[in-house]
Amino acid sequence: MLKVSNIQKTYEGKPLLNGVSFTVSTDETICLLGSSGSGKSTLLRIIAGLEEAEGGQVFWKEKPLADLPAHQRRFGLMFQDYALFPHRNVAENIAFGLRMQDRPKAEIEQRVRAALETIDMLGFEDRKVTELSGGEQQRVALARAIAPEPRMLMLDEPLGALDRTLREQLSYELRSILRKTKVPAIYVTHDQEEAYAIADRLLLLHNGIILQSGKPHEIYRHPKNAWVAKFFGLGNLIQGKVVGHSPLTVETSMGMIQASCDGEQPGIGSQTTVLFRPTRACPQRENCTNQVTGEVLDQVFQGETYRVTLRINRDLPNFNVQLSEPVQIGQTLTVGYHPEDILCLENRDM
Amino acid sequence: MTDRLRSLTKKPTWRALIFWLLPAAFLGYFFYQPLLALFNLLISPDWGFRLAELDLNRLWQPLWFTTAQAALSTLLTLIIGLPGAWLFANYIFPGKKLLKILTTLPFILPTVVVAAGFNALLGPRGWLNLGLMALFNLESPPIQFLNTFGAILTAHVFYNTTIIIRVVSNAWSQQNIRLQQAAKVLGASPWQTFREVTLPLLKPSILAGTLLVFLFNFTSFGVILMLGGPQFATLEVEIYVQALHMLNLPLASILSILQLICTLAITLGHNKLAGHQKMTIVPRSQEIGTRKPKHTLERLATTLLVIILFSLLVAPLASLALRSVVKLEASRGERGEITRGFTLQFYRELGVNRLGDLFYVPPITAARNSLIFALITILITITLGILVAYALRQRSPINAVLDPLLMLPLGASAITLGLGFIIVFNRPPFSNFRFPILLPIAHSLVALPFIVRTLSPALQSIPDSLRNAARALGAPPLRVWREIDLPLLSPAIIVSIIFGLTISLGEFGASSFLTRPDYPTLPIAIFRYISQPGALNYGQALAMSTLLMIVCAGGIFIIEHFQATSKDWL
Repeated sequence: MLKVSNIQKTYEGKPLLNGVSFTVSTDETICLLGSSGSGKSTLLRIIAGLEEAEGGQVFWKEKPLADLPAHQRRFGLMFQDYALFPHRNVAENIAFGLRMQDRPKAEIEQRVRAALETIDMLGFEDRKVTELSGGEQQRVALARAIAPEPRMLMLDEPLGALDRTLREQLSYELRSILRKTKVPAIYVTHDQEEAYAIADRLLLLHNGIILQSGKPHEIYRHPKNAWVAKFFGLGNLIQGKVVGHSPLTVETSMGMIQASCDGEQPGIGSQTTVLFRPTRACPQRENCTNQVTGEVLDQVFQGETYRVTLRINRDLPNFNVQLSEPVQIGQTLTVGYHPEDILCLENRDM
Repeated sequence: MTDRLRSLTKKPTWRALIFWLLPAAFLGYFFYQPLLALFNLLISPDWGFRLAELDLNRLWQPLWFTTAQAALSTLLTLIIGLPGAWLFANYIFPGKKLLKILTTLPFILPTVVVAAGFNALLGPRGWLNLGLMALFNLESPPIQFLNTFGAILTAHVFYNTTIIIRVVSNAWSQQNIRLQQAAKVLGASPWQTFREVTLPLLKPSILAGTLLVFLFNFTSFGVILMLGGPQFATLEVEIYVQALHMLNLPLASILSILQLICTLAITLGHNKLAGHQKMTIVPRSQEIGTRKPKHTLERLATTLLVIILFSLLVAPLASLALRSVVKLEASRGERGEITRGFTLQFYRELGVNRLGDLFYVPPITAARNSLIFALITILITITLGILVAYALRQRSPINAVLDPLLMLPLGASAITLGLGFIIVFNRPPFSNFRFPILLPIAHSLVALPFIVRTLSPALQSIPDSLRNAARALGAPPLRVWREIDLPLLSPAIIVSIIFGLTISLGEFGASSFLTRPDYPTLPIAIFRYISQPGALNYGQALAMSTLLMIVCAGGIFIIEHFQATSKDWL
C-alpha cells in the first residue's frame, strides 16, 4: 500500500533522514522505533504531506504522492500533543474531518457517536477538550483521527505524555482498536515495550536510516548489531576480539569465551561485542562451556526471579543475571553460559 | 511558471514579504515620509532656516523641563505604585477585584477625560472649591489647582501608578513560589528572602515599568496642555505652540527630532529590559501565595493603601460623572436666582448649536465624527495588524529589520506625527477632500503598534500542530484559516477592535493638528468647551467626557472578559 523510498531530509544543516525506505502493507501495523531526535516525527510529517522531503518519494498504491497536498491524502494523523482544537468540544473535534468531506449532517452525527463508542466515551460529546484528562484527550484524538475513515493511520508517540500505568492500559486498548478498524498504521514511539505491544513489525530508525526491521521477536532474538542490542536493553554487552573460528572464540577481559553468531562468523582479529542475556545464565555451571564469576553487589526481588548484579573485575561494567533462587550479597558467584546463548555482534553504529 | 510561483510562496522570506507589502507601503507613505520631511525642513534652503543661527536655549529649556517633570512624576508614581504592587501580589483584601478592574481604566482613558475629571474635582468650578466656598462663604476658589505644576504631577501619577502596579505585581505573582520557599527552608527571614530572592528577580520588571512610565510622562501632551497650561512648555507643548500658534515650522521640526531621539532611546532601553523579563517567569495559578493581612501593622498598611488607591482612581472620575448631572452655577447670560441640583440639561443640550456659529458644530456631531473616524481606524488597523502578525510569524530574517521599523511609531509622539502630516499632506490630493481622511490615518498609526502587539502573540500561541491536524483531516489551506486561525484569533481581534476604538476616540495630540473646524472630534470639542465661560459649556464638556469615559470603561470590561477567555483556550 504505502511505499517510502529513499527519503532525505536535513535539519539545521545536518542530515536527519539519510535515505529511509520501507513499505506498509494492508492491515499491517508497523512501529517506527528510534531514540528522540532520530527524525521519526519528521518522517511522519513527510508522509502526511505536512513537510517536504529533500529527496526521495512516497508512493500510495504505486502512485507518487508528491503533488497531493496534505488535505487530500486522507491519512489520519494523531499528534504527540494531540492537537485537539481548543475552541471546539469533543463531538466537534471528532466531526471535523467528516465535515471537511462534506458528509451529510445525519451521517456525521452517527459516525461521531460510533467513534465515541469505540473509545468508550459516550456522553462526553459536549465536554470542552481543555477539561479532559490526559488519557481522555488521547482517546478523543484517536477518535478524531479514525472517524473520517482514513486509508492509513499514523500515530506520533500517542502515549508519550501519559504516566506509566495509563500507558500500559491504553497501549492494549489502542492495539484492539487498531485491529478492529483494520487500517494500515504507522506507530511512532521511542519505548520498546509499547512497540512490542502494538506492532506487527518493527522498524528501527537510527542515524537517518532503517537499521533493522522485522517482527518484534525476530529483532529481539537476532539484533543486527551491538547498537540494536543496547537500544533494546537486551543484556550485558562486553567488548572483545575474535581469536578463533569453529568454535567461535572471543578474547575478553574476563577470559576466553565461546560464542555463536547469526550468519557469517566475523573475521579473526576483528573487534566485536558479545551479548550475555541475563535470563540465559545457568546456575548449573558444571554443564556449561563458559563460566562467569563475580562478587554479588546487589540483588533485587522481581517476583518470579531475582535480578543479581555481579562485579567481575574493575574494567568491566556490572553484569546482571536473572536467577530463580536468592544468593548472598557479598558472596562470590559463578554462573554458566552455553555458547548458543552468547551472541557475537558487529560493533557498528555504537 | 505556476510551479515557480508555488515554490516562491513556500520560502519564508517571500511569504513574509507578501504579507509585509501593504503594511510597509502604508507605514512608508504615512509615517516615514512625514518623518523624513521633518528632517528635510531643516536642511532645505526653501525655508530660510539656518541651524547655526538657532538659539540653543530654545531647545534646552523645553528639554530640561520635560525631563525634570517626567523624572519627578515617575518618582512620585513609584512611591505609590510599588507599595500598590506589593499589596496586589501578596494580599487578599475586600474590593480587590473591583480595584483590579479600576487599575486598567487609566490605560485606556483619553487624556481629555482625565483632565476633565481633575478639573471637576479640583478646578475652580470643581467640587472641592465649590464646597469650600460654600462652607466658608468665600468669594473666590481657595484652591489654585489648574495651571500649576502640581496639577501636571497629580494627573501623571493618576495615569501611571496603575502601570507600575500591573507590571510589577504581575511579575511578582508569577515568580515561582518555590524559590521563596527554598530560601525560607534554607533559613532566610522574610526580609532576607525579599532582599535576596524576590527583589533581584523583580528588578527587571521594576526598571522596565519605570522606563515605560518615564516615556509616557516624557511624551505627555493633553494633560499638560489642559491642566498645566501653555506656560509649562514641555517639548510636546512647545512643538504644538511653535507649529500652530507661532507658525515656526523649522523650530517645531527640530524640537520634534530632538523628542524622537529621546523617546527612541527610552523605547529601546525598555524593550531590552522587557525582553529579559520572560526568562525568570514560571507561571503559577492565581491567588496562590496571597493571603489576608494578619498583623496589626500589616492591616493598617494595606487598609491605608487600598483607601489611597481607591481615592486616586475613583475620585476624579466620580467627580466628573457627578458634576455632569448637577447644576451649581449660572449659565452664560442667565440672571437672577439659579436652580441648583440634579439636571440632565447638559446631556440634552449636546445636540443643540447654541451659538448658531457655522464652525461650532453641536457636540453630538463631534461624537458622530469621532465614531466615524474610529470605525475607519479599526478597519485600517485590523487589516494591517493581521497582515503584520502573519508576516512576523514567518521565520525570515527580514522580520528582524521590519519589526522595529513598525514599532517606531510607538516612540514617535502623536504631535510629531501631526506636524509631519501638516508639512507633507497639506496639499492636493489630501487638502482637496472635504472629509479629513488624514485623521483616522494618523489614529491608525498611533494604534497599530498596540494592535500588532495584541494580535501577534495571539497568532504565535496557536500551535502549528492544530493547523497540521486540520490539514491532515482534510481541510484545504483557506478552510484551515477559517476553522482554526480565525476562531482562535477572535478574542485578540475583539480586544484589538476595542483598542482601535478607544485610542481613536481619545486621541488628542495628532487630532489637535489635523481636525478641521467643521469636523471636530470629541476630545477636541471637550477641549474647546471646557475652557469657555458659562455653566452650560462647562457642563457640556463634562457630559461629553462622561460619555467618553463610559464607552472606554465598557471597552475595558470587554477586553478583560476576552483576555480571560483566550487564556482559557491556550
